[in-house]
Amino acid sequence: MKIVEKKILVDLPGTKVTQIKVIAPHIAAKALPGEFIVLMVHAKSERIPLTIVESDSKEGTITIIFQEAGLSTKLLGRLNVGDSLFALVGPLGHHTEIKNYGKVILVGGGVGIAEIYPVAVALKKAGNHVTTILGARTKDILILEKELKSASDELYITTDDGSYGIKGFTTDVLRQLLSKDKYALVYAVGPIPMMKKVSAVTLEFKVKTLVSLNALMVDGTGMCGCCRVTVGGEVKFTCVDGPEFDGHICDWAELEKRNKVYTCKEKHICTLDEALK
Amino acid sequence: MKKPIPIKELSPGKRGVCFDEVVLGYTEPEAIEEASRCLQCKVPLCSKGCPVGIDIKQFIAHIAKKDYKAAYLTIKEKNNFPAICGRVCPAEYQCRKACVLTKKGSPFASEQAINIHFLERFASGFGTKEMAKASMEKIPELTSKKVAVVGAGPAGLCCAGELARKGVQVTVFESLHDTGGVLRYGIPPFRLPRNILDFEIECLKEYGVKIVPNYIIGKTKMLDELFKEGFSAVFLGLGAGIPSFLGVPGENLCNIYSANEFLTRVNLMSAFKFPEYHTPVNVGKRMIVIGGGNTAMDAARVAIRLQRMNGIEPNTSIFYRRTEVEMPARRLEIEHAKEEGVKFEFLVQPLGFTGDKDGNVQKMKCVRCELGEPDASGRRRPVPIKGGEFETDCDVVVIATGLQANVVLTQVTPELKVDKHKDIIVDPETMQTSMKGVYAGGDIVGGEGTVIEAMGMGKKAAKAIIDYLKSK
Repeated sequence: MKIVEKKILVDLPGTKVTQIKVIAPHIAAKALPGEFIVLMVHAKSERIPLTIVESDSKEGTITIIFQEAGLSTKLLGRLNVGDSLFALVGPLGHHTEIKNYGKVILVGGGVGIAEIYPVAVALKKAGNHVTTILGARTKDILILEKELKSASDELYITTDDGSYGIKGFTTDVLRQLLSKDKYALVYAVGPIPMMKKVSAVTLEFKVKTLVSLNALMVDGTGMCGCCRVTVGGEVKFTCVDGPEFDGHICDWAELEKRNKVYTCKEKHICTLDEALK
Repeated sequence: MKKPIPIKELSPGKRGVCFDEVVLGYTEPEAIEEASRCLQCKVPLCSKGCPVGIDIKQFIAHIAKKDYKAAYLTIKEKNNFPAICGRVCPAEYQCRKACVLTKKGSPFASEQAINIHFLERFASGFGTKEMAKASMEKIPELTSKKVAVVGAGPAGLCCAGELARKGVQVTVFESLHDTGGVLRYGIPPFRLPRNILDFEIECLKEYGVKIVPNYIIGKTKMLDELFKEGFSAVFLGLGAGIPSFLGVPGENLCNIYSANEFLTRVNLMSAFKFPEYHTPVNVGKRMIVIGGGNTAMDAARVAIRLQRMNGIEPNTSIFYRRTEVEMPARRLEIEHAKEEGVKFEFLVQPLGFTGDKDGNVQKMKCVRCELGEPDASGRRRPVPIKGGEFETDCDVVVIATGLQANVVLTQVTPELKVDKHKDIIVDPETMQTSMKGVYAGGDIVGGEGTVIEAMGMGKKAAKAIIDYLKSK
């Protein structure tokens, strides 16, 4: 559970994204694309789920990428090489079904780009024609461009402010691609509004769409039901039934609301933390 | 006949604002007096009511003679966790119900019955790590054998203790970051203080039990890999994993918790000490707990404490679809909940929830019921009354209506036969599963039971595992 590498990918006011490599031989030996871990920074910390971005079974390490949002990710960001996590468990959730689908599109938004990376690598290896669309608010917060370029046959980049790539949203490019050619699968990870929009567009074109949901969790093993979501009218637990679901039938409004249930408490604890610093 | 010695408790006023233990235990003179009430029956019935068969008559006699160490060791012979069981056992349905002083045909123990659990708790106070170590009975031919125990809850820990006491090398794999299973995430500290739980688990380590947290068999490692790594047998104490919901509209609204989530946040993650501990839990002005078991009582007592600790006027109710008599909870917990201000609504069944624009629960729709014919459980079935629908305000709801099997391991291990509830099928004599060398016990076997029942199964399995190891 010791951190052996740390890279700050983005360090701008209000947006800090960090990549760490952690020693976890048992998890590295089993990890597959799409799976996640649950970790605790300190003994008094929350349990938080994070996607496994890369795993190296020879080296016995896993890599995770996180954006500092609440206190837990801030504390995680303060750990340095040589520090150890308090707890780390995994791999959790179902892995992505990797096979040769034919032509696939991967859409990553914000820190969700980190989550599509292992899937892109695996799909490419399985013989798929991989088209990747990355979206970021602005140029300086775009992550893993180089890595995804080498994992994709085609790469498109969009920024909200036009500072890099195409000005606009990932869904603009997605719509153009889908109207020109046939694709077997769209795989999208990013902020809820993005995944929701992607799913709406692909539904028009009737293309199978998988999304990886970022519901709040506690144990991550099906014990608590904190991460329950409605998919196709049925209650599912993101941790053990997901985290990937059919984007066309997810109840996005419900997920959006459930993810905000501790906003007040999060603000309070972050203010306290600032005051202590 | 002498009257039973009442147990001292923290006053309801004091306990309202903290998570300190409520039951304070007997003093020495009180324990001696209670012990001397025991009739020392020629053929004691009490032990038959104990799922692990403690020699109750004997340990009570030791207390009466002030030989507390002997009392402790007598319990230890059959039960590795006297301090836990003395606090959480539903004695009124077990040993105390079997006590000759309980009136015949009573649904639970009469008041007159000996307070066996309080005496067990008293004796447990005399245990030390050295005594634990001294109670080992190593069997030379077993000391080279390795056994894996999956799950550090009551069943797993009990099985691990029994095996290690005989010299078997035991490794316990636990998925959470801390040990104890339901004893830690489910039972609140005011019923089972954490130092007591820690002490009992530390005693196991004295036997040489190794505990590996953050390790999920079925994810981090598969069952067959354990055998390849040199474990000769495996015990599965996986627990009842998945919380049941009601299946009514609006159940995914914000601030509707499963009891597992609510209690895990508070007990395991210490949300009652937020923000010192970082896991939050939402506390409402009008909290409702649905259910009638021990978990419902725990959730309600946690809820009303959180309200008081957060300066909120206490307003917590338990909604149960039958009446108080049918409640499966321990009588003591029901009494404590009432003393602490928890209100009870009987014969009501939830029909659904509605919320505000942000998705927070605001109202619960219910229907009043009456009791009809007995159902499969032998309890009278609640039948909705026509026109009995009503609505009630609520801003936090906890659903404590039970659990289903934990399927993390069974769904990736098809050789492991399960029944229609996805519980693991075992031979009731040996607790052996459909796989050779694999045993199971606790809630993953008979659905939801008590801590001591789980321990009883862990113990039975340990015995069979020892026979199996000897035969190999």
